[in-house]
Amino acid sequence: MTQEVSVLAVVAAHIVLALCLPALARYNRRLAFAAGAALLSATLVWAMWQAPAALGTGVTDELAWAPELGLSLSLRLDALALAMIVLVSGVGALILIYAAWYFGPRSTDAARSAALLVTFAGMMLGLVLADDLLTLYVFWELTSLTSFLLVGQGGQYRENRRAAVQALLVTVFGGLAMLLGIVLLGQLAGTYSIPEITAAANAGTLAADQPVALGFALVLILLGALTKSAQLPFHPWLPYAMAAPTPISAYLHAASMVKAGVVLVARLGPAFSGYAVWWVPIVVLGLATMLLGGWRALRQTDLKRLLAFGTVSQLGFLMVLFGAGSRVAALAGITMLLAHGLFKAPLFMVVGAIDKACGTRDLRELCGLGRRRRGLAVLGGLAGLSMAGLPPTLGFVGKEAAYEAFVLEGGIRGWIVAIGLLTGSLLTVAYTARFLWGAFATKGLQPTGGDPVPLGLSGPAWLCALTGLAAGIAAPAVQQLAAAYARPLPSLGDAYATQYELALWHGFGVALLFSAIAVAGGLLLHRYGSALTERVVLHGLSAQRGYESVVTGMERAAITVTGRLQIGSLPVYLGFILVTLIALPAPALVMGGVLPQDQSAYHSIMQVPVGLMVIVAAIALCRARRRFTAVLLVGAVGYGIGGLFVIDGAPDLALAQFLVETLTLVAFVFVLRRLPAHFDEPDTERRVRLPKAIVASVGGVLVAGLAVIFSGARVQPPATTADFVASAPEAGATNLISAILVDFRALDTIGEITILLICAAGTASLVLATRYDKRKGGQVVTSGSGSPKHEQEVMG
Amino acid sequence: MTTSREASALPATEPAGSAPVGDESWARWDEPTGQWMLPGHCPDTRERTLVLEAAARLLFPTVLVFSVFLLFEGHYGPGGGFSGGLVAGLAFVLRHIAGGDDNLGSKFRIRPPVVVGTGLTIAVLTGLAPVLWGGAVLESTKWTITFGDFGYLDIVTSLLLDVGVYLLIIGVVLDLLRSLGSGIARDAREAGEDPPGRDLGGDR
Repeated sequence: MTQEVSVLAVVAAHIVLALCLPALARYNRRLAFAAGAALLSATLVWAMWQAPAALGTGVTDELAWAPELGLSLSLRLDALALAMIVLVSGVGALILIYAAWYFGPRSTDAARSAALLVTFAGMMLGLVLADDLLTLYVFWELTSLTSFLLVGQGGQYRENRRAAVQALLVTVFGGLAMLLGIVLLGQLAGTYSIPEITAAANAGTLAADQPVALGFALVLILLGALTKSAQLPFHPWLPYAMAAPTPISAYLHAASMVKAGVVLVARLGPAFSGYAVWWVPIVVLGLATMLLGGWRALRQTDLKRLLAFGTVSQLGFLMVLFGAGSRVAALAGITMLLAHGLFKAPLFMVVGAIDKACGTRDLRELCGLGRRRRGLAVLGGLAGLSMAGLPPTLGFVGKEAAYEAFVLEGGIRGWIVAIGLLTGSLLTVAYTARFLWGAFATKGLQPTGGDPVPLGLSGPAWLCALTGLAAGIAAPAVQQLAAAYARPLPSLGDAYATQYELALWHGFGVALLFSAIAVAGGLLLHRYGSALTERVVLHGLSAQRGYESVVTGMERAAITVTGRLQIGSLPVYLGFILVTLIALPAPALVMGGVLPQDQSAYHSIMQVPVGLMVIVAAIALCRARRRFTAVLLVGAVGYGIGGLFVIDGAPDLALAQFLVETLTLVAFVFVLRRLPAHFDEPDTERRVRLPKAIVASVGGVLVAGLAVIFSGARVQPPATTADFVASAPEAGATNLISAILVDFRALDTIGEITILLICAAGTASLVLATRYDKRKGGQVVTSGSGSPKHEQEVMG
Repeated sequence: MTTSREASALPATEPAGSAPVGDESWARWDEPTGQWMLPGHCPDTRERTLVLEAAARLLFPTVLVFSVFLLFEGHYGPGGGFSGGLVAGLAFVLRHIAGGDDNLGSKFRIRPPVVVGTGLTIAVLTGLAPVLWGGAVLESTKWTITFGDFGYLDIVTSLLLDVGVYLLIIGVVLDLLRSLGSGIARDAREAGEDPPGRDLGGDR
């Protein structure tokens, strides 16, 4: 404790390192992964160093970001964050070492993956440390984006692209709903700080008079958590995301990203688990997800997808534990959170090693691997023990605590959830058995593969799995961590529940009975139930089909709307714009507009001839039949308005107006060269001309009316104008307009010139889309939109 | 007729001073020897207007100087980066109209997008620079330099922002000339149409 490392600096270090990694990877790929692993382990060591303080009051750090909006970057290391850092940084470091061997020294994906994995670790770290809802949201979306890039890989394969897009669409949909919920909650509470909101909720002062709005906010926030953690009915994206390389799956889907939703529920659980609108959806959907995931896992033949559905199932389990809002359930939650990371990551790594050694992950093709690769089989078995909830692993400790939590709670809710968890665990044991049997058993087929697995692939997995075993034996250490998180939660049930502690042995009781039933039932289901699991297919409702029809439906709607609007006729486009203009501001103008009282016809006699000139030019413009005449008349109108500026004493405006008008004329003339000299024959049909005339004149009158009313709305110069005038000399300008443009409102100016840039680039790309300009210096363009091939394609 | 057209179309590559001896020199002795426009290449002799070219030659630098004047004048009177940039842009427009398509960056060729990007970069960096010295974004500082009896000069950092605007506007105009001017003319030429400008109604 000699020196404090700022929490923010730890997060920033990840981003800085990630920026350096691509260059390092070009030099040596394994070194890049090693550097990432070193940083992640350093983070873990730092967190463990801070553990005494974190388990007490927590280590906080704050940086004001936009104080006027109540937006600050505040981070806090507490028990929950510490538990997640064990997974994000500890397991993450092992996975990075594994990735170095998995990708190999010559992989083209390695450089990108290394940098992205470290970036992702930093974002995830920020997410678990976030102590402020807006900070949390920012990191939340950044993890979504980074995982999109990780799952999508280089984008060469259709499967990767589809999986990445689906993951992004689903999680970002949830994220946006969550943002709404966060803003609503923040406005109700008057703060975005999570501890303050928790305190207000526990004191019962949080939006006591607006329960409906609070309910909406909570449901919206839950939507974010449910999508991110792949809960029913948003679960399909997770199994599809298995298209990513195995190290990435292991990290995103075992250790970190999918846990984000669980973390959110765990973070806000102490505040809201008393609200039915919070716990009912979590517990119901969590249980359903646990059962469905387990059931679906039993039918998979791809080992990785089997594990993916297992993850879906486990996430449902975790949701139930954190949503229940009791002390023992929270103890079980933290334990299972750690246990899941520590057994699922090595299982994924084992699958990756099998994939490398045998060239397949299909359990119908694998045979006899357990005989030849005993080490790998023992490793898989060790991790599997924890997944199935057998002693002495951490998984067993967590499962026991989970059963105990709901048995102790009793009542209808307690027993329903307890039976549900039992069924889910039974399925878990069954798919664990299926996994181990599928990967390692001898099934009377041609024996497959069997090259030795390099230490780089198996070592990290061993470390992970052994940690899971050690943590089970050292349950009191986990107890300290979990108790620090569970401290504020009420203990439902009897006196025993208030002093329940995590341990390997609680004596004979209901929980042990449940464990025994789950293991025995699961093994029986695996041995004899294959006919049942193969045949019973849930027809009808399919979440994936729902997602697909939503996406295609949106695309179809977009095509329909675009097809109706973009019909290629300028009058129609102008008509749409004018009608929108009339439909939206006009009613407000008619209802609420007040015409200024002392509206004089003109201030200066010179306005009369210039105004008349503008009017005459405008009328003549409508009668013009030749394009060139029309352009000249538009110019006349523009110069006339410039003249009005001069008369009103605004030389700056007038100068700009004259120059822009001249330039516009030139641009028009350039374009006119390629257009017919005359407009099309005037349509004589009344049914076309009349609506055109009506829309045009109403639009014109409306704009004129708006100008009059707006100019009359301000009765005296606002205070800021006086400030501008007073401080203009200070800004070094005697020309007030210039001072406003480049000093007081310089940000506007930068915005405007950016728009100009976009316009110029747009015009150029429209006209020069097919131009192939040979670069100087002999660079030959062979592909892309500026190549001869593309030119040929476009020009036909 | 065709020979004289070709010859006068390419004065840059075959200056009249080094004309070969023989009949050719007799046929070409009265061709213009000076180049009014810098590259002197004109795609179609029938469209040349020497008065306009001469005027453009004289006006172009003058207008550019005027545009720089407007840029600096902006703090004290009408002008500024926007107006200055437009005036400079119009000078290039004049050059384009007088000298033809590929006349823009004759001696040193700068691609318009580069000019646009440089302008925006300068403007944004000017905005961010104060942060390095602990100020707020877009804060400006004023330095006053005194020249003894000659008076003093105010230099405001926001002038740099104006320079960015100035460059960006010039770039936008150049880009317009590149795309709408040269681009469209080249399209027409390649499509085998009449030289652009025929059907505007003027008697040529």
